Amino acid sequence: MNREQVSRVLQQHGALMVLGALVVVGSLAFDSFATPGNAASVVVSSSFLAIIAIGMTFVIISGGIDLSVGSLFVLGGVLAAYGSQYGTPVALLLPLAACGMVGLLQGLVIARTGMAPFIVTLAGLLGVRGLMLAISDEGATTYLVEDRAFAALGQGEVLGLSYPVYITAALALAAMVLLQRTGFGQNVYAVGGNEQAAALMGVPVNRTKVQVYLLSGLLAGLAGALNAARLSSGVTILGIGLELDAIAAVVIGGTLLTGGAGGITGTVAGVLLLGVIQSLINQVGNLTSAFQQVVSGAFLAFVVVAQRLLSKAQRLT
Amino acid sequence: MAELTSQGRLTLLKPRVFAWVQDYGVYAAVLALLLFNVLFTPHFLDASNFRTQLVQVTPIVIVSLGMALVIGTQGIDLSVGSVMALAAALVVLYLGYGWLPALVVAVVGGAVVGAAGGALVAYVGVQPIVATLALLVGVRGLANVLVPQLVEFRNPDLIALGSSSVAGIPVIVLIAAALTVVVLFVVRRTTFGRQVVAIGGNRSASELSGLPVKRVLMTVYVISGLLAALAGVLATARLQASDPTSLGLFIELSAITAVVVGGTPLTGGRIRVLSTVMGALLMQLLAATLIKHNLPQSWTQMVQAVIILAAVYATRERR
Amino acid sequence: MRRTDLEPVLEARGISKRFPGVLALDGVSLALRPGEVHALVGENGAGKSTLIKVFTGVYRPDGGELRYQGGAAAFGTPMDAQRAGISTIYQEVNLVPMMSVARNLLLGREPRGRLGVIDTAAMYGQAERVLAGYGVQTDVRRPLRTLGVGAQQMVALARAVSVDARVVIMDEPTSSLEPREVETLFGVIRRLRETGIAVMYVSHRLDELYRVCDQVTVLRDGRLAHTGPLADLERLTLISLMLGRDLNDVRTQGLTRFSRHRPDPAPAPSGRVDAGNGRRAPVVEARELMRRHVLDGVNVSVDPGEVVGLGGLLGAGRTETAKAIVGALPLDGGQVLVAGLPLRRGSTKAAIRAGVSLLPEDRKAEGIIPTLSVRENIALAALPSLGRAGVVSEAKIDRVVEIFMRRLRIKAASPHQLVSELSGGNQQKVLLARWLAVRPKALLLDEPTRGIDVGAKAEVQALIDELAEEGLGVLLISSDLEELVEGADRILVLREGAVVGELSGDEVTEERIMATIAEQSDG
Repeated sequence: MNREQVSRVLQQHGALMVLGALVVVGSLAFDSFATPGNAASVVVSSSFLAIIAIGMTFVIISGGIDLSVGSLFVLGGVLAAYGSQYGTPVALLLPLAACGMVGLLQGLVIARTGMAPFIVTLAGLLGVRGLMLAISDEGATTYLVEDRAFAALGQGEVLGLSYPVYITAALALAAMVLLQRTGFGQNVYAVGGNEQAAALMGVPVNRTKVQVYLLSGLLAGLAGALNAARLSSGVTILGIGLELDAIAAVVIGGTLLTGGAGGITGTVAGVLLLGVIQSLINQVGNLTSAFQQVVSGAFLAFVVVAQRLLSKAQRLT
Repeated sequence: MAELTSQGRLTLLKPRVFAWVQDYGVYAAVLALLLFNVLFTPHFLDASNFRTQLVQVTPIVIVSLGMALVIGTQGIDLSVGSVMALAAALVVLYLGYGWLPALVVAVVGGAVVGAAGGALVAYVGVQPIVATLALLVGVRGLANVLVPQLVEFRNPDLIALGSSSVAGIPVIVLIAAALTVVVLFVVRRTTFGRQVVAIGGNRSASELSGLPVKRVLMTVYVISGLLAALAGVLATARLQASDPTSLGLFIELSAITAVVVGGTPLTGGRIRVLSTVMGALLMQLLAATLIKHNLPQSWTQMVQAVIILAAVYATRERR
Repeated sequence: MRRTDLEPVLEARGISKRFPGVLALDGVSLALRPGEVHALVGENGAGKSTLIKVFTGVYRPDGGELRYQGGAAAFGTPMDAQRAGISTIYQEVNLVPMMSVARNLLLGREPRGRLGVIDTAAMYGQAERVLAGYGVQTDVRRPLRTLGVGAQQMVALARAVSVDARVVIMDEPTSSLEPREVETLFGVIRRLRETGIAVMYVSHRLDELYRVCDQVTVLRDGRLAHTGPLADLERLTLISLMLGRDLNDVRTQGLTRFSRHRPDPAPAPSGRVDAGNGRRAPVVEARELMRRHVLDGVNVSVDPGEVVGLGGLLGAGRTETAKAIVGALPLDGGQVLVAGLPLRRGSTKAAIRAGVSLLPEDRKAEGIIPTLSVRENIALAALPSLGRAGVVSEAKIDRVVEIFMRRLRIKAASPHQLVSELSGGNQQKVLLARWLAVRPKALLLDEPTRGIDVGAKAEVQALIDELAEEGLGVLLISSDLEELVEGADRILVLREGAVVGELSGDEVTEERIMATIAEQSDG
């Protein structure tokens, strides 16, 4: 392999390699790390972020960004809990419809007006949080999930892992197929890689943009709904800063924030990596979760610098 | 209006209206909101109410000044809230040496964080949004590691900094006003200020004109970190407690909002210092007005969202 | 070889296109027949790219008729034109660099397997087969950008042709190809011709045109200057058509504002005389500038008070030479000396400090700061000297701005008007003022009078004269031969990144320049 190929492999699979290395080191260093219980807890707690990050991956590959997902996650949870009094279908459809609608609107504004995704979804972040507060009496009302079937969606377990883990895995697989094996996926890469060329190659640029924000909104809403099922309530104070975690996971996973490159595997690895870092720091004992933030931040900085250098190395060939 | 005016006049009128809105819209909005409050809000003109509003908006104003500089270069600084937290942590840790050394350490800490972000942006070529996102995450963690939970302090000088007034005006408001004047001076009257705007307006032309592009970019982020740290110290002084966990949370969004609502385009090349301060005041006043009229917080956020979109749409139309 | 008997597949009949203030195309007619390779040539501003954009649906013509396959055609978007069978390969490869070669080639037409999902194995297989026919043998899973530019261009070409193209327009296809790749390209072009596809070939490399093209159309200043079989046209005639100079009537007295009787500041053929024998050292000297595909050992020297012209066709390396001298173009080799002292490589700042500045060709992208006023644009480069301790002196700036606005007759409502609101000529003067304010020893002027009105043009030319008389060294790049001949004391002719001739004294004539350009490069 030449230098260019090495750098390409590192860029695409670096997160996975670091994840593997961390798991090995963690297993050797701490007896309580490589236990089924600990593994399950990392995977379960990562699954909600993973769902959001999958949507974010599409958005970022298309060259955009979606800051509204944290707010949509909370809105989805509140709506799901509220809707659960009318049965499971409503509990699922209500958040999906509302969050999908917000995503669609943001996508339309971004595609039609050419305003920066950063700003449009920043407004979305604020507006959706306002909406969520409005339907929960300023956050004072916490709707409880009464519907057993819906709660089971978040709490039921198979083989020691709760359902959301399987749902996340299925979504990740579907997203991979969508991204790699469908025309839509190709359009997303093309729009993010070179919007002008994409238009000349016949890619429906505006429609693709609308689609990625719609997808991101839907997934954020779904993650919120599943979380509500798991917690049996629509908690109104969660999800703050979740959009940043999702962006961090996507970037750590090797997806370029400039768009055009990246993938789902990397994102899932990025999410798990953040989870494993947290778990390892918990193992150390007297370290607080604040250390996790320090390490995550440092790691993110390391990744972006490495990516920058790697892409320089590739251009020089 | 669109139906009433002829097509030709409308096309002539439209850019001018947009230009006016962009230049003076934020002042008009602040005035209108003030007028509304004077007329319809009881006790609005009370000095104490006024003072509360100003004191509350002070950290946002100071942070937005730095943000305006960064946005002027086509950048963005997401790390400001975490820098405030770090400053809060540092200031209590070093309070034993006296309030002034503690303040200096905190501000230097902020500048170092800014330098880290600036180096990533200017020399490594990382996008500003990711570079400062990494700092947002990491620096907040660092602040929490240094000071894990809320710490109250009794240093009388630092408390005085946060609570005393001169001629009825809180000291921290005076400091914010002074900083505004300084930044205004830097932007309008210094070589550096002109270079900042030129780099944001056309980077390759600036390079061909021999401007020290990388150094200027770096400095801008250092200033942003410095100002954020100062805002963190002042907020801590007012709270009489250091709270790295929640101090400055989401202030980057408020600061970006203030800058954008003030009419500074995100595409760089222009910096509107006074309008940025007005933008911060507008958002504060808006929130206060809605609350005073018993409209819930949810409304504030939704209205803010609409105002951000409208402001950016207006600046977009002009280019 | 000539197929004039065939119906044209694509035809422009009296096409006009107007932009604010410019008539870019003025009644241009051109017929492209199946199976012919048609050269489209002309200098900058001739209207080539506008015509291509009309053909490919980017612009709609204001007058005249566009006919395609025997019927009137109106393409609303580039996609419409492409769907109809008109494919374009741009100079800058217009594909998605980070996607794989195969996905780029087949985007939108990927082979599908079960459930309508893309069959990747089939996709890679198909891509390999298609590309083999274009001499591209590579792992088609690689990102496109890891390929050489030549191979990328082949992918673009393969994609264009495989969309059932009837017309392929190639815009400067060989500008970044290796000789071997050029051969492959010509092979492909010949194959296209055999299958009855019409090729429009835009290039400035005359050798290539004569090798591969059947017909030629020359545009000049938006008008048709000539159209006909290429083989009938002498090389020198073609150049004179492109540059708009009548061979039999190269005027002795020009229309430019250059005074032809400037006392010659450099008695001997300059640049080669060293500083030791009493002559001043050249103010700028570039030695052996090298950059792959762009510059091939360029030597340039300019004496104080001398105007050195850089001649050559578009893409010959003139702009690149100027950029390399001020450190704005990374070099693989070579050295720049200012007043005998070597310059730090790659630092525009060092060049400016040493006294060499570049007035760039692309005013908008590299010159003006659109968000700033006239005043601030003028003061920009000189700012550090217009104040004390980092604080600017408004009075000093006002003085400098006033001096230069008056001297260059810059027409603006006030110094505080936004520079982007000025006319092109006045913007150019603002940029000149920016450089004069730093008191340079030498100025590199890249197309200083392009796109500005006649009055401003004359003023700028007079100014260049005046500056040279004051002792400034000037490197003048211009596609306007008359301007070059009358403005320059000495002319270096570039072709394909190398100096191929030096003209001085009586040799500085339009005819000699054209003859030097026309010499066969392969010898």
